[in-house]
Amino acid sequence: MAPHDSSTTVAAPNELAPGFAGIAEDWASDQRTFKNVPWGKAMMWIFLLSDTFIFSSFLVGYMKVRLSTTMPWPNSSEVFALSFGGEPIPLILIAIMTFILITSSGTMVLAVNYGYRKDKSKTAIYLLITALFGAAFVGMQVFEWTKLIVDEGVRPWANPMGASQFGSVFFMITGFHGFHVSVGVLFLILVARKVWRGDYDTEKRGFFTSRKGNYEIVETMGLYWHFVDLVWVFIFAFFYLW
Amino acid sequence: MSNGMLEETQVIPLAEVEEVDLYHAHHWITKYVFCQDAKVIAIQYSATAILIGLVGLVLSWMMRLQLGFPEVFDFIDAESYYQYVTMHGMIMVIYLLTALFLGGFGNYLIPLMVGARDMVFPYMNMLSYWVYLLAVIVLTVSFFVPGGASGAGWTLYPPQAISEGTPGIDGGIILMLISLVLFIIGFTMGGLNYVVTVLQARARGMTLMRMPLTVWGIFVATILALLAFPALFVAGVMMLLDRVLGTSFFMPEMIVQGEMTSHENGSPLLFQHLFWFFGHPEVYIVALPAFGVVSDIISTHARKNIFGYRMMVWAIVAIGGLSFIVWAHHMYVSGMNPYFGFFFATTTLIIAVPTALKVYNWVLTLWKGNIHLSIPMLFCVAFILTFVNGGITGLFLGNVIVDIPLSDTMFVVAHFHMVMGIAPILVIYAAIYHWFPKMSGRMLHEGWGQFHFWVTFLGSYLIYFPMHYLGFIGVPRRYFEIGETSFIPPSSVTLNEFITVTVLIVGFAQVVFIANIIISIFKGKPADSNPWNATSLEWQTAETPPGHGNFGDELPVVYRWAYAYSMPGVEADFVPQNLPPDQVRRTGSTTGPVAEDPPELHQ
Repeated sequence: MAPHDSSTTVAAPNELAPGFAGIAEDWASDQRTFKNVPWGKAMMWIFLLSDTFIFSSFLVGYMKVRLSTTMPWPNSSEVFALSFGGEPIPLILIAIMTFILITSSGTMVLAVNYGYRKDKSKTAIYLLITALFGAAFVGMQVFEWTKLIVDEGVRPWANPMGASQFGSVFFMITGFHGFHVSVGVLFLILVARKVWRGDYDTEKRGFFTSRKGNYEIVETMGLYWHFVDLVWVFIFAFFYLW
Repeated sequence: MSNGMLEETQVIPLAEVEEVDLYHAHHWITKYVFCQDAKVIAIQYSATAILIGLVGLVLSWMMRLQLGFPEVFDFIDAESYYQYVTMHGMIMVIYLLTALFLGGFGNYLIPLMVGARDMVFPYMNMLSYWVYLLAVIVLTVSFFVPGGASGAGWTLYPPQAISEGTPGIDGGIILMLISLVLFIIGFTMGGLNYVVTVLQARARGMTLMRMPLTVWGIFVATILALLAFPALFVAGVMMLLDRVLGTSFFMPEMIVQGEMTSHENGSPLLFQHLFWFFGHPEVYIVALPAFGVVSDIISTHARKNIFGYRMMVWAIVAIGGLSFIVWAHHMYVSGMNPYFGFFFATTTLIIAVPTALKVYNWVLTLWKGNIHLSIPMLFCVAFILTFVNGGITGLFLGNVIVDIPLSDTMFVVAHFHMVMGIAPILVIYAAIYHWFPKMSGRMLHEGWGQFHFWVTFLGSYLIYFPMHYLGFIGVPRRYFEIGETSFIPPSSVTLNEFITVTVLIVGFAQVVFIANIIISIFKGKPADSNPWNATSLEWQTAETPPGHGNFGDELPVVYRWAYAYSMPGVEADFVPQNLPPDQVRRTGSTTGPVAEDPPELHQ
């Protein structure tokens, strides 16, 4: 390090230091660490990081019980197969659900894009379409659960196909994820309603928080939705395909 | 490396953070009960935490009565003894220490110290407290359900936590798990606020490297909590399912009281991994805020800048990172793969490096300082001693080969009480004596404070030093009654009696402390706005206690770090963070650059 030079008491703003020191200084910079990032968005990112740890713990827990059980693990291709008239098609329902959820991420992107442009009606419509896809996903999950519980006799504590943890893990993880999707659908509808009503154009104050509303919430909502989608990809890979 | 971070600067940066849209309460309910002001929320959090902490304290008296004088008290049987152990541990670690440091001091100090009007999302911050209160109520209710509170030990290890024969498996354990899940939800709402406020809502000129270490400690601890509590959440949900729905995540096939259970093939070890993945960072969730507070208090009361500020910050961050890869040192005797022990013993000992660095820096801050032995300072010096003591016994337990004979003895009890019980509590006392004048506008009584300090400090050594010895001779922990055991000499009985008597005396001193607080709120000596001549922003507010919005009309602008004490060539022995350099009064003929930090600070 250079010796301290007393003539430079006034720090020049935006002076760049090289390497690691520069990174540290950027992070530590005045007032805000992430420039031009609204509070809500920063908070959503950190929340999602925390939520990642929850889902990771669930998935690691699942892997551990699957490794430690001595009973055979049911073949998920067979369990989650549906037949339309003849041969059973493995994982067909799950494939459709996955397709729907990933499509909904696409419509969410459009909603966020129109939200940036403050295009009231298009933002609201795409939010509603996204909510509709989400609701369809949850609906199919309800169908899947019903089929497993009623037709195949799978219970959280036991199932006819093998290791009892199969049912436990299935209901717990898909249930927790389905809860995330349902909460997302609810908030998508609420945000869509506010967008439609023009609350974010007039900066109407929120009922609970009494904060002025603005279009940033659409993007924050989008972060959450993509996260829920991404988590599903991992559940699909680790639970259904393994 | 550029020196920009610690330098004074006359440049007033442009405001990047918009004015906070504050909710101004008009009704007393929104002003004092469902209040969105972080300072009121902080006091609500602190009062609730201290109240439930007193319950934990009384439970420890009950345990000590039994251990000191077995078969004397009829109302303590084996079942209730285990319930006291369990509830004491859980209450102290989570509902008192975590809630008080993060919910209490975090809420009060973060906005004031970084120069913000409030937390970024005050409404959510308010919800955080009410969910926490709900968690505390659910936990308290578990004492009164049929079968009583859980008696599983605070670690709630399955299978015994939810098996026939353990106290409280009817309702107690269910309420305990629900309460933990609620606590985590409530904490997350607050924790997100603390992190975003520190990252995104600081005053002009307040770079991260000018923040007081208190804020650094709470900030990193909150990040740890946001990443560690998920594991406890998952463990809690799984165990709840095991207990309520009869799943077998953690439950192996067992014969309990002559009957096969309906569980099969679960993994008790999985619970231990999840629990300690939370449990070890939890130690630092409690310790890091304490580290930060100690740094600020000793610097203020020794009228000297903190030694090695930059390294102190990096040490906090390094300890935070390392705390996630040491968890299985709690599990050396659990039956996990022995090779894990090698890895986790190594990481555990590595964590001693940044920790020792902090201790050296505290001592070097005191070195040749103008030490004022005020009550906060006494508690901080006591903390340094206690933390070193507890840390050194940690070296014994961190090594597999030494840990195995010592595990499940009173040595372990002595170790973790010294390092994460007494040490953080001493800091909490220091912090209360230090910041009480700001919170209430009145000073705490000095004489009673001296009494409280000496009894607490000396007393806790009289309690826990003998426990190390008891552990070495093999007295096991968690035993309701030891009875006649050949390898335990009769002297241990006398020692246990002595410990119990000391516990009751130290407990009485805490009652004096509570009385001191209550009396001082109404009748204490009025304090001016900056009684300790401190530099950080919370002492520079227009009103004391600070009003809603913290800083009146104008938010402060920060020109320097928080440790500008006893600077050469400056008239006063402290320069507040928000005093413009051209207003700093200099001695005699000194000219030139104003109040520079000494060059060695930039190493």
